[in-house]
Amino acid sequence: MSDQTMTKSPSRLRRALDSDLYYAFRTSPVAMISAFVSILLILAAVFAPLVATTNPFDPSSLNLMNGFTPPMTDNAFTGDSFIMGTDDQGRDVFSTILYGMRISLFVGVAAVLFALVLGVILGLLAGYAGGWTDTIIMRAADVQLTFPSILVAMLVFGIAKGITPVEYRDQMAIWVLILAIGLSDWVQFARVVRGATLVEKSKDYVAAARLIGRPPLAIMLRHILPNVLSPVLVIATISLALAIIAEATLSFLGVGAPPTQPSLGTLIRIGQQFLFSGEWWILFFPACTLLALALSVNLMGDWLRDALNPRLK
Amino acid sequence: MTEPILSIRNLTVEIPTRHGIFKPVENVSYDIRPGEIRGVVGESGAGKSMTGNAVIGLLDPPAHISQGEIWLNGRRIDALDPEEKRRIRGKEIGMIFQDPLTSLNPLFTIGEQLVETIQLHLGFTQAQAKARALELLEAVSIPNPPERFNQYPHQFSGGMRQRVVIALALCSEPSVIVADEPTTALDVSIQAQVLDLIKKLARERQIGVILVTHDMGVIADTTEQVTVMYSGKVVESGTTDQILGAPTHEYTKSLISAVPRPHEKQYRFPQVSYGGRETVFKVEDLARNWPKTQASSSGKILSVQGLTKRFVEKSSIIPSRQTYFTAVDEVSFDIHDGEVFGIVGESGSGKSTVARMIATLLPVDGGKVMFDGKDVTRLDREGQAWYRRQIQMIFQDPFSSLNPRMKVGDIVAEPLLHHKILPRNQVEARVRELLDKVGLASDAYRKYPHEFSGGQRQRISIARALATQPRFLICDEPTSALDVSIQAQILNILKDLQEHLGLTMLFISHDLPVVRQMCDRVGVMQRGKMVEVQETEALFSAPEHPYTRELLNLMPRLAQLSD
Repeated sequence: MSDQTMTKSPSRLRRALDSDLYYAFRTSPVAMISAFVSILLILAAVFAPLVATTNPFDPSSLNLMNGFTPPMTDNAFTGDSFIMGTDDQGRDVFSTILYGMRISLFVGVAAVLFALVLGVILGLLAGYAGGWTDTIIMRAADVQLTFPSILVAMLVFGIAKGITPVEYRDQMAIWVLILAIGLSDWVQFARVVRGATLVEKSKDYVAAARLIGRPPLAIMLRHILPNVLSPVLVIATISLALAIIAEATLSFLGVGAPPTQPSLGTLIRIGQQFLFSGEWWILFFPACTLLALALSVNLMGDWLRDALNPRLK
Repeated sequence: MTEPILSIRNLTVEIPTRHGIFKPVENVSYDIRPGEIRGVVGESGAGKSMTGNAVIGLLDPPAHISQGEIWLNGRRIDALDPEEKRRIRGKEIGMIFQDPLTSLNPLFTIGEQLVETIQLHLGFTQAQAKARALELLEAVSIPNPPERFNQYPHQFSGGMRQRVVIALALCSEPSVIVADEPTTALDVSIQAQVLDLIKKLARERQIGVILVTHDMGVIADTTEQVTVMYSGKVVESGTTDQILGAPTHEYTKSLISAVPRPHEKQYRFPQVSYGGRETVFKVEDLARNWPKTQASSSGKILSVQGLTKRFVEKSSIIPSRQTYFTAVDEVSFDIHDGEVFGIVGESGSGKSTVARMIATLLPVDGGKVMFDGKDVTRLDREGQAWYRRQIQMIFQDPFSSLNPRMKVGDIVAEPLLHHKILPRNQVEARVRELLDKVGLASDAYRKYPHEFSGGQRQRISIARALATQPRFLICDEPTSALDVSIQAQILNILKDLQEHLGLTMLFISHDLPVVRQMCDRVGVMQRGKMVEVQETEALFSAPEHPYTRELLNLMPRLAQLSD
């Protein structure tokens, strides 16, 4: 429309509210609900110390007499009541879930960020440079894809555990977990970015930048990178859900977050010991939280992918 | 006069959007009689194709016919249910689309596709259908039909493929064919053959043809009746001679005046002022700050000697097993200071490859490019930095030549900042000045490229190219993606640049009339070779090479055009 050039540029917020993406968001109930659930859970995790009724890791606040209190029931000895009950140590399950979700989310977000940065750099390099660089990076990616990612993560975890001194092991566990999940996840970022880079590289605006004399690094970062980021955003959202599950799986298997810093996966592992003796709530509530978190984030990612790519509809 | 076979009455198509109802076609009426070819012409977005799609019943939802009637052979077809529409489509109305690559299924032989269509519509046996398919291939002048019958679409050239598409459209003896830009993707020589074929078929089989096109040359050579559309409405309808020779509506007049004349050199292209805002290009102001053009030592700013480019066709680790395709074969020519040198040729002739090698965007496989005495294919770092300031390029596709994620101001500022031409704090002022000079509103600085039309984007490209104050400008088909009226504006800008700034230009085009208007000397390329280099007037009046003569013969006549 030629008359668009006459109108004043609206503010950034106005433009965001007027964008097709926001419109697609407002008209999709799935997106609205999943966004609401994920934001609620994330806020609850971030502000856990304010939301939680007790600090489950402060031994002085624990009372062993409170152990195995079922949800919404007065404890026979102390008369305390807990919304989601307590575990064998008398810790409030609701509070441990909030703190556990913190660890789960932190590991998930950090692992995805690590995978994203690594994958985007390697994918950009492979796509733009081509030739041998491309061959080496992409073959490495192919080889890695032949191993199940959980296996890669366990391998990294095992090696890291072997080389860290015993006294640092618990402190390092979280970082090793991030490294392990991130390393098993970079391939999909690299593949998508490489493909998009190949498309963008052949466009004339890249030729124009080369003609100006811009060096390859500037072309990659300033010109190509912003144009390949929207699929990356989508993968990152979906990966976040997968990374949270991967972390839970590793922790469930006992190779993840230590019991001193339990994540949702650790809580589920602890809880499953009590499932058959009737204390179902110790397993049930952490598992539901994990489900809600992973599902809502995943649905957000799915919706984002459809909204950014109208051709899929 | 015979009864019309197809008549469109007051057709309106609506697309509901969240910003309100958009009417791409409004109150359109026209008739087609047997054996008649009706051209529907207009700029992109005028609603020409949308009308065609409405007739075939191929409107993409949510677009729908909100008003009007379509009658085919005395039967109203716009209100039929989808199943019945599908039966009419292909059986009574044939379709030819723009891109022959995508209209055929690559997984089936053309024989299979023809036989399937014939059986579907006419209920023939396998043998009958095959006989009919061969007959149709014969009718669309495909040599050796029995052999071609068993080949796949990729074994056909673009023109041949379009013939197969026409054969497919003819399968069920339709009474009307809708041809949507049937030759836009084809080269001129093939375009002429395909159009002749359509003309012949219309005449012999008494088929009515709706020919949707933006090309006045196609209209002038092929059609009997013309409907001119502008923003969804019919502005004028009549016989071709009448519309081209004595247009009455202002829009038609301006459209026709913008068509480059093939047979005489004009000083400037008439500017089309209908509808759009008048945008003024102030090149004289720009000339004041321009450095005095240095003459090159020899008078030849660029000398291309034996330039060769080969692309690997089949790659292999063993060098002797590699096979190559020679895209540019020993091309040599000189460009003098301050002239506009044109290269014409069909697609695949290697003209763009030559341009990209001169710009050092592609490495050369042989030969030299001497720019002001230096071989630019073997420059050191410093030499490259120097060369980057001497040349700039304007690309064909204005939609891919600007980074969609950068603001226009940043796009134009990039060369200034990279070459450190100005101190940082003066860059913005210079960019704003450049944008103003190419005729863009001042708020363009903070906008993104997608907020601009094709013509405006090409102006942004020009502003970016001028930022380094180059001596040499490469224009690679700068207007072939634009409508004819916008083309006139952009070409005028380029002419002014050349005149006032003393720029030397390499102008690449497949459009002979445009080349005649723009260039001082012209080189003709065919299959990677430069077959003829001549002064423009000499080339057009006395072409020497047979290929040049062939190209000139295929140029649309446009004899009926009013002045």
